[in-house]
Amino acid sequence: MNFDLSDEQKMLAEQARGLLGERTPYDHLRRLIDDGAEWDEALWRELAEMGFLGAAIGEAHGGLGLTALDLGVISEELGRANAAVPFFSSIVLAAEAISLAGSDEQKARWLPGLASGVVIGCFAASEGPGPLVGAAVQCIGGRISGTKFPVADAGIAHIAVVASGDALAIVELNQPGVTRTRLDSFDQLRAHYRIDFADAVADVMPGHGKVATLLDRAAVQAAFEAVGGSEACLAMGLTYVKDRPMFGRPLASYQAIKHKLADVAVGIELAKSNAYFGGWAVDESADDLPIAAAAARLSAITAFEMAARENLQVHGGIGYTFDANCHFYYRRERMLAVNIGNRAHWADRLIAHVPDSNIAQSAQGETV
Amino acid sequence: MDFNDSPSEAAFRAEARAWLAAHAPAHVLPEGVRLPDTEQAERERVWQRTVYDGGYAGIVLPTALGGRGGSIIDAVIWAEEEARYNLPHGPFTTIGIGMAIPVIGKHGNGEQRARFIEATLKGDLTWCQLFSEPSAGSDLANLRTKAVRADDGSGDWIINGQKVWSSWAHLTDWGILVARTDGSVPKHKGLTFFVVDMKTPGIEVRPIRQISGASDFNETFFTDVRIPDANRIGAVGEGWACCMTVLMGERLGTASHGSRIGELMDYAQATPDGRGGTALDQGHVRLALAEAYAEERAERWFQARLRTMVSRGENPGAMAGMVKLAYARRLQKTSGLAMELRGPAAIAAAAADAATRDLQHDYIWSTVMRIAGGADEVLRNQIAERVLGMPGDIRADKDVPFDQLR
Ligand SMILES: Cc1cc2nc3c(=O)[nH]c(=O)nc-3n(C[C@H](O)[C@H](O)[C@H](O)COP(=O)(O)OP(=O)(O)OC[C@H]3O[C@@H](n4cnc5c(N)ncnc54)[C@H](O)[C@@H]3O)c2cc1C
Repeated sequence: MNFDLSDEQKMLAEQARGLLGERTPYDHLRRLIDDGAEWDEALWRELAEMGFLGAAIGEAHGGLGLTALDLGVISEELGRANAAVPFFSSIVLAAEAISLAGSDEQKARWLPGLASGVVIGCFAASEGPGPLVGAAVQCIGGRISGTKFPVADAGIAHIAVVASGDALAIVELNQPGVTRTRLDSFDQLRAHYRIDFADAVADVMPGHGKVATLLDRAAVQAAFEAVGGSEACLAMGLTYVKDRPMFGRPLASYQAIKHKLADVAVGIELAKSNAYFGGWAVDESADDLPIAAAAARLSAITAFEMAARENLQVHGGIGYTFDANCHFYYRRERMLAVNIGNRAHWADRLIAHVPDSNIAQSAQGETV
Repeated sequence: MDFNDSPSEAAFRAEARAWLAAHAPAHVLPEGVRLPDTEQAERERVWQRTVYDGGYAGIVLPTALGGRGGSIIDAVIWAEEEARYNLPHGPFTTIGIGMAIPVIGKHGNGEQRARFIEATLKGDLTWCQLFSEPSAGSDLANLRTKAVRADDGSGDWIINGQKVWSSWAHLTDWGILVARTDGSVPKHKGLTFFVVDMKTPGIEVRPIRQISGASDFNETFFTDVRIPDANRIGAVGEGWACCMTVLMGERLGTASHGSRIGELMDYAQATPDGRGGTALDQGHVRLALAEAYAEERAERWFQARLRTMVSRGENPGAMAGMVKLAYARRLQKTSGLAMELRGPAAIAAAAADAATRDLQHDYIWSTVMRIAGGADEVLRNQIAERVLGMPGDIRADKDVPFDQLR
């Protein structure tokens, strides 16, 4: 037993942290928002050059063939940096969907471009309030009609992987039957869209019933991203309270503040532990992946929520300003808390798979 | 990262499993039955002796001291395999193994190690911890129990004072004791550590009635109790360092406790919610149970991370308190939820209704872990100060000789 990242993974994390630390100072993020930018295209190119985009894509398709844990290390750093890139959409969801459920031909066609960052994918599942994966937009006879929203990064994407119930299809977005409308996104660093399909051409993937596994894997990556964000919040809050004098001594010397941040630190360690196990479970194709993923997701939401809220709180009034940096995480946290299913969704999935109760896999079946 | 056993770990696991299959069943306790203390103590001793004879006691202790000389991962594997059986483990063996042995091993001399460690591993010696006092709990170094040299030239120590919350002091053979030997220096500096035979004249143990109805802990009074200098552990004035060894071991050894959440889920599913469904159909119940389950797993993996650190010779320091902080609160929350799920029926239990009594007991007992072994607030202080580097609390008594306090 050895429950820690390998030296190579620690190096990978350092490398990613170094690059992202340089390229994503908060002023740069503010500028992106002020410019109404949809993404940080220059950063995307650099991530591609470093091989980060193809990290978990098979070597046969131009990737590095690394593990889910390696990808998790990168996700964590992207979360720490609040990076404005379509990594989650294009790599964690679209490329992963094609790897999992695509035909050889579909893989050969799309994965190399996704790995090099030349092609960008997005993942269209939601159809508004309601279940995480809507089922109204269906692909019949190679054509697709109806509306998916919100879809992250659809404005810059070349293809959408469309999920409907248990089915997945690839839709090229630059075609006559597709209209994309930008929405007002809560996370100002991630553009979200509504996509209307009107009898557009769609290429159905043969792997039916892989949607739940795809989301399990994505949940693990989202957990890593949240852990990175949480750690950044804690570090930011600590720096502030150690510097700020209050009633004649540092704010950090008061127990109300110490205990709050100690609780945040405990939440982060718990979330990280479940994320690590989730990454390991993906790589080992462990039977308890659904539980590992749901547990990682639940712990990550809890940790990031507490970290982002308390970070803003300890900053006081300045925390509410655009010039302070708390808001980047405060918004990113909510997006991450709901983008691939809320707590209730993952609680259901966990309960349906708990082995030491009688409930496992009975009535609920695969809850997507 | 690898949760699988290495070849040598797998070999040890197979060996331990086979040995347990041959020896454990005869010692297994009936599920859900609480034995009288004296019988529990006897069963613990017998099982401990069996483990010792099998060569599995003190996995990480050197063989010269009667241990096995194994790795910390071997100890984890042993604990996992042992946990497959409901064996008589408990306070009568754990205080000796988890507290007395580490402190004697680290601070004791050769003679003391030879005298106490193997006997404890064999189950021949059981221990209690005589640390807390009425005005020295979280502020342990504030203790007043005094140890002074006898004036007859024997080198013996004479102890006077009062300890409190001494678990099992009424049933155990020996105690680890910390007392003040010098009041003229600041409070941490004047302490000295001893081991004491609980049958020594002058020791009076009075049971304290607890909120659970039981009396597991005691007030322990010392009146002119004579302890030979051979029973002093470490140097005079170095008692605080000994206490830290004990507390560190206590925290690292505190395993995350499962809280039977799987059972609770089944129970919720079998309980009508009065609206045509079951309690488990209710969103808040599902969420609370799922979150508790997720957290329990996180605690387990976090401990695996800490053990990985320890197995490499790194010291997790105050991080060791994080699991206790998390699970003590989780336990209280879920045992409260369990009573709520049962509804008004949780209030009173019929004679045959062991399940309800269990719920009630769990809820009462769940208060303990948030206090004993370091209260929540104290652990949070330590995490804030030692892990996060935040300033220490203002300590008005720092650098003031103990005699001059108050
Ligand atoms: C079931 C049980 C078994 C026990 N067994 C033993 C045993 O075998 N041997 C033994 O020696 N002891 C034993 N103890 C004692 C235990 O170690 C103490 O109860 C514990 O250390 C707390 O001390 P206290 O009870 O004096 O509470 P106090 O220290 O008086 O604390 C009261 C409250 O004040 C808070 N507090 C204290 N200091 C601070 C601070 N600086 N800042 C903020 N809040 C603070 C605490 O967190 C707590 O909430 C046992 C206790 C229990 C409940």
